[in-house]
Order: sequence, then structure tokens, then C-alpha cells
Amino acid sequence: MSEPSDAVTLAGTKAKGKRPYFFADADVERVLSIAMAVAGELAVTRMRLDTLEELLTKKGILAKEDIDNFDPDAAQRRARGRWQAEYLARILRIVQQEREALAVPDEPTSEAAGERFDP
Amino acid sequence: MEEMNHDGLPDYRAVGRHAVFPVADHDQTERFNFLARLNRHLASVVLPGVADAYRERVEPAFEAANGRKPARRPEARRALAADPLYQTWSALRRNTMEMRQQAGLALVLGQRDRLIGETRRLVDAGRLKLDPAVSIPAYLTAVDHHCMPGSYYTERTADDVTAAANYDAGMFVTTGGMLGRYTDGGGRGMVEYMRRQNPNWQPRRVLDLGCGLGHNVLPIAAAYPEAQIVAVDVAAPMLRYGAARAASLGVDNVVFVQADAADLSQFDDASFDWIQSTMFLHETSSRALRAIMAENRRLIVPGGFVIHIEQPQYDADMPVFEQVMRDWDAFNNNEPFWTKLHEVDLDQYMVDAGFERSQLLHGGVTAVVDRGLFPDAAEDGAEDYGRRAAWHITGAHV
Repeated sequence: MSEPSDAVTLAGTKAKGKRPYFFADADVERVLSIAMAVAGELAVTRMRLDTLEELLTKKGILAKEDIDNFDPDAAQRRARGRWQAEYLARILRIVQQEREALAVPDEPTSEAAGERFDP
Repeated sequence: MEEMNHDGLPDYRAVGRHAVFPVADHDQTERFNFLARLNRHLASVVLPGVADAYRERVEPAFEAANGRKPARRPEARRALAADPLYQTWSALRRNTMEMRQQAGLALVLGQRDRLIGETRRLVDAGRLKLDPAVSIPAYLTAVDHHCMPGSYYTERTADDVTAAANYDAGMFVTTGGMLGRYTDGGGRGMVEYMRRQNPNWQPRRVLDLGCGLGHNVLPIAAAYPEAQIVAVDVAAPMLRYGAARAASLGVDNVVFVQADAADLSQFDDASFDWIQSTMFLHETSSRALRAIMAENRRLIVPGGFVIHIEQPQYDADMPVFEQVMRDWDAFNNNEPFWTKLHEVDLDQYMVDAGFERSQLLHGGVTAVVDRGLFPDAAEDGAEDYGRRAAWHITGAHV
């Protein structure tokens, strides 16, 4: 593979040398790796929020306690609750779908369905 | 419960700047902050658990199966590799290196033209002597050292400096701030050692081997402004950047020369009174090491000092667990010569190169940092094994 030309791909290129895997199951390592990248980006976002709060406070637009004392009205509470529920549903989609699958123990795979209809 | 120091790290914004230091925006800065703290957390919180696991279950299980404790590094490593805590720590540590590289490369690739432009502006022929005929030794090209894509030497464009800029920007992360504002704690430690040992001695001509971007040689140049400093490396991006960095930091007595430390035939016999390297030998090879020591012997003047600093050797007094942990980078962070370098009798290499045994000298160097702002390796409790900012000297006073 030649070196990629775009900076995003280039920044993520692998170093020369076969990568060691530490867990018996490489899938676990892959998921951990993705989770740590997300954890990193969450920390970055949290710091950005903190920066925003500090700057807004410094400019007199916001008092620090405004955030802690923020009391959403009824409509806001509903909207925020809905957001949280959707957020969790997105993150835990696979858990929901594995539970749904319990109800259909004999469900065919796409491949099996293809075999059945178009042998 | 004893209160633990989870932090002890300055913000990335405290890192020293110069004209070619990559400019990081808010999120790029915080990405480095996160990774530095993650490294620190791994060393101070997760790693002690690995030591517990070894003591509490790995060693006992080995003993139950074999009727003895693990005595040699390979068997101890194999036993430890099956332990879940070790696996987790290792996977996180490897991952942190990869994340750091990605973050650093993304940072510098986005400002490559500015970095190259600044380097061209700052560097003149008196500061930099490149030699396109110098080939990159095979020991550097087999794998990319410490998971650094493209290693030290890859030139992605004309006059490229991105490899060095990436290295410089991310050292704070990799070392958890242990090398200080300008990641020069090793060089500053070396100066402190020399001044303590030889208070009235003034070097005239100093040779720094495997200088990289010169972060450890600048403190020596600054401490001995009358001395002429020659810093050699095979990697052009490091040398260009190092020359620009030195110029920007106002250090004017260093010339960066592209050369292989194993063949310094361009310099006359007995032409340096101080030859030194800082964490360089472990990135060479057995054959290169012999040639490097022979060149040291040829180039040093009578009365001069040869001083190389590295992590301590794996000797019989070092517990096998500590050896395994210190050897982690050899297997998992692309340091192919690390194991061998720490096993061999370095004194013998020097004697074989023609130094008298009575001329050999040994000692210890600890990173000197801006105390109160950066963690001090001499006082810091966190043991990060092969990455601890405390080194051993192998050298000679001829």
C-alpha cells in the first residue's frame, strides 16, 4: 500500500512492525481501542465545554452558578429526558436487538433465506 | 486510605515553545492533556495492580506448576502475558502510544508548510550539514521505533520536518511530563552530573551521537557556551528541525551534522574531548554498537570523557518481574534492540574498542526539570520502569 495522500488517513497510518495483541480475543482489543478513542474525544469535548463556560463567565454572559442552578421548565425537562432516552437507545442498540432476537430462535440468516428462496 | 497523586502533571500549555514548535488549537491541546494523564494514570494507578497480580497469582501459579518461582525473563513474561490485568494495562499502553502518534501527526501535518518555512528561515549552513549520501541503517528501517509511523527519517515532502515536529510535540505525552518543559531533562541531568564530577573542567569540542532534534544537547551547549558542539544523526528531518529549534532558542554553538555514529571518518582522530549520547544506544544494533565504541575511542582526546546514558542493565540483582516490565517496549513498542542492549556487558564493548578497564566510569543521571511545575523523577514515586527519567552511565575518562 502506498502512503495515503490525505492528512486524516496519513495521521492514522500504522507504524511499521506487526502489532502485538494482548487479549486472547482480538475483538476485545479492537473494541477497547475504539472505546479509548471515544473516551479521549469525550475528555476533549468536556474541556471545550469548560472553556466555553469560563469564557462566557469572564465576559459576564454567564455566572458559574447559572449552570448548576439551571432549572429546566416542564417542556425542557421532557425534551432532555427524550434526548437521554434516545441517546441510550443508540448506544445500547445491540443489547436491544439481541433481546429481540431471543423471541425468534429459528430466524434464518440472510444467506439461509437466499438459499431457501433461490436455491 | 492514603491519598494518591492522580495528577502531578502540568497542563500541556506549560510546555516550552519555540519558533518551530507546532501550534495546537484547543482540542489538539486537550487531546495531549488527556493522553498525558492517561499515561500517568496507567503508570501510577493501573501498573501497581500488575505488580500485585504478579505477586498474588502469577508467581504462585507458576510455582504450583513448576515447583519454583520464575527465574528467567522469558518464562516470567509468558506467565504474565496470560494475566488479565497485565493484558489490560498492556493493551491500554500500546493504544495510548498509537493515539499519541495519530494526534501528533494530525497536528503537524496540518501546519507542515509553516514548519518547513520557519525552518528554512532560521537555519543557515553554519548550523546544518546534510549529507544525502548517508544511508539509513537497517536497524532503523526494520520497524518504526516506538510506533512512530515513518520513524525519524521519512521525508514526506522536500525539506520535511514533520517527523521531528511530531516527536517534539508529543514527548510531554509519552513521558508524562517527566522530561520537563523542553523535554531536555536528560541533557540537563547530564550537565549537572558533569559539573558535579568535574567542576573546573571546560570541554572545547563536544560530540553528541544520535542527537535527534537536539533536545538533550542544547542544555550542554548552553552550559558550555565556549564549546563547539557537533550533533550527529542519520535522520534529516530531525537535524533540520533541531537546527531551527536551536536557533529559535538562542543556542548558537551547535552544528547539526547528518552522519552515522558508526562511521565518523569525516572527523579527525582525537578531535573531541566529550563524546556523549542520551538514550541512543538502545536504538542501534550489536554490530553498530561495536563500530560506535571504536569511533568513540578513535575520536576522544586524552583526558576526555565518553558518556552514554541508558536505562539500567538487567543484572542478576534486578528482580525478574522488573526485568519483564522494563522489557515491555522491546516487544510492544518497537524497540528491537532494547532487550539485547540491556543484557550485554557494555563495559566489555568499551574494552573491546580499546578503552582500558581502569578508564571506565559509571554513575547515575536523573532528569533535571523545572521543579514545582513538572514532576521530578528523583522524588516521583511512580515507577514506570523503562520510561523512568533516571538513567545509568556507561563511559570512560581516558
